[in-house]
Amino acid sequence: MTTSSLPRPSLRGAASSRRAVLVDKIATGVLWAAGAFVLLILAAIILHFAIASAGVISLSFIFGNPSATSLGGVGPLLWNSVYMLVLTMLISVPLGILAGIYMSEYAREGRVTNAIRFAEEAISSVPSIVVGLFGLIAFVDVAHWGFTALGGALALTIFNLPLMSRLSEQALRAVPADERAGSLALGATKWQTIQHVVVPLAIPGIVTGVILTAGRVFGEAAALLFTAGLSTPAGYNFANLNIADPRSPWSPFRPATTLAVYIWSTNSEGLGNYVQQIADGSSAILLAMVLIFNLGARLFGRMLTRRLTAA
Amino acid sequence: MTSLTTSGRITGLRPTTTFRERLDVPRRVVFVAALSMIGIVVVMLAFIAWQGIQLFVAGHVTPASLLSTTWQPDNTAGAVTFGMLPFVAGTVGVTALAVLISAPLSVGLALFLSEIAPAWARTVLQPALEIFVGIPSVVYGWLGLTVLVPWLRENLSGAGFTLGFSWFAGSLVLSLMILPTITTVTYDAFRAVPQDQRTASLALGTTRWQTIRHILVPAGLAGTLTAIVLGMTRAAGEALAVQMVIGNRPVVPTSIAQPMTTLTSQITLDMGNTVFGEPWNDALWTMALILLLISIGFVILIRVLNGRRKFQ
Repeated sequence: MTTSSLPRPSLRGAASSRRAVLVDKIATGVLWAAGAFVLLILAAIILHFAIASAGVISLSFIFGNPSATSLGGVGPLLWNSVYMLVLTMLISVPLGILAGIYMSEYAREGRVTNAIRFAEEAISSVPSIVVGLFGLIAFVDVAHWGFTALGGALALTIFNLPLMSRLSEQALRAVPADERAGSLALGATKWQTIQHVVVPLAIPGIVTGVILTAGRVFGEAAALLFTAGLSTPAGYNFANLNIADPRSPWSPFRPATTLAVYIWSTNSEGLGNYVQQIADGSSAILLAMVLIFNLGARLFGRMLTRRLTAA
Repeated sequence: MTSLTTSGRITGLRPTTTFRERLDVPRRVVFVAALSMIGIVVVMLAFIAWQGIQLFVAGHVTPASLLSTTWQPDNTAGAVTFGMLPFVAGTVGVTALAVLISAPLSVGLALFLSEIAPAWARTVLQPALEIFVGIPSVVYGWLGLTVLVPWLRENLSGAGFTLGFSWFAGSLVLSLMILPTITTVTYDAFRAVPQDQRTASLALGTTRWQTIRHILVPAGLAGTLTAIVLGMTRAAGEALAVQMVIGNRPVVPTSIAQPMTTLTSQITLDMGNTVFGEPWNDALWTMALILLLISIGFVILIRVLNGRRKFQ
């Protein structure tokens, strides 16, 4: 803020202002320290898992099957995490974007909009374990599905929908009003305007939001304990493409323990001599995925912005 | 814009609207998508409330008997008592301490990011905060279990941390998890303070810290409180990370070095070991209902803090 070429207003006159300058220096130092401290913690966490997983992570750990007697691998669990992520996103992204379109383009201030907004906030603040319990009654018991990937994905959808809707709404609202006015002035209907002008311009923001929420879904465990199950799969036969067969890894109607749930269950059951290594290795994989999702969101968002606005 | 010229469906002025336009299917579809969120809340509340009151309806337990510190859910030792005070006290205690640890650091970080940090520091810290949000809670829990708990046991057993599993361990793990939440919301509140106010204050000859203390902190107060309530919401509802480090002992703790338990921890631990329909299981659903009501209470509190700000 200070410009060195101008004569600085003299604060050195009174003793009190000398004190104020000193306090300012100390406060600035403390706030810098807060920033450095948080970075240091993050670096320490990443370093810790890099070291802890050094002897564990290998191709056979990432893709191999779990074993009761040796280190084994987490292949089926990683597969389940990816499978659940895709299933959840297939349901929650379209629904979230549609809800976001309503909130950004159609909603007028009033009781209904206020209720939707309240519901959005309420769902985001419900603890994920409670969302999991709701899934336990609704999908496991009432619907009689038992523990299934679909039940888990629906629980994750509940947890992801308000965030997806919010992010889409923000991305859509960020589109300048002139773009809409221009389209409407050419005689386009409101929906044509949304479809051909507003949504395409909001896509970079929406895609960034999707990738960031994907990271959250990938690591979620509490909502899945009682919906997708805790059983450790022995291994999958990927040649079995019959999605009605609960043994097929492609079927949504089968229990699907994910990597995040596996960290918790191996640890709480305490089975085998390799709990520590398995959990360290799995945590490192989850952490790496978080880093990849974050980096991906940034790069993809930037790339799309460039492509869509340079045209 | 290419999207305007390539669409090719814009046909000029039309004096009348067609039936299809009056029906406006797209509007109805997006409206239903948005309404589905209200549907989810209503159905979720109904199901959890229905299960949550079974303890009183089917189990013939009086609501007043929950106000006890004795948690004796199995009939191995005479009277069965579903005292829930240890869990509620645990959730309140672990949340309060987590906020006490996290809020000063988070607000300091938000001030640093908004007022002091040069551009390079911001481009490093903002992705760092996003990564903090993204780290799964089981990973935080595992880190607490393998690093924090043994460290407390080995170095602070003289201070009472004989097990390591403790109120303090739970709160410390939570404080890290809510740090990005509080920081980003507070940061937004500080950024929303008009630049003119800073300039005017500095022009009066104040130092930057005086401007922060007397202009920014009061102006951002509502935002900061909202941020803290959001952090509390996340802390009170967090299950696995807390369960892994807190010791899971159903007692009302007297020291932060003691093991204790929370509503979420107990549900996580016992839900798989109890049979649907038995009173013990019903008691867990009652805890879930309490959690749900707490979180809705927080949402309402945030609304009150934000005044009548309905849009945006």
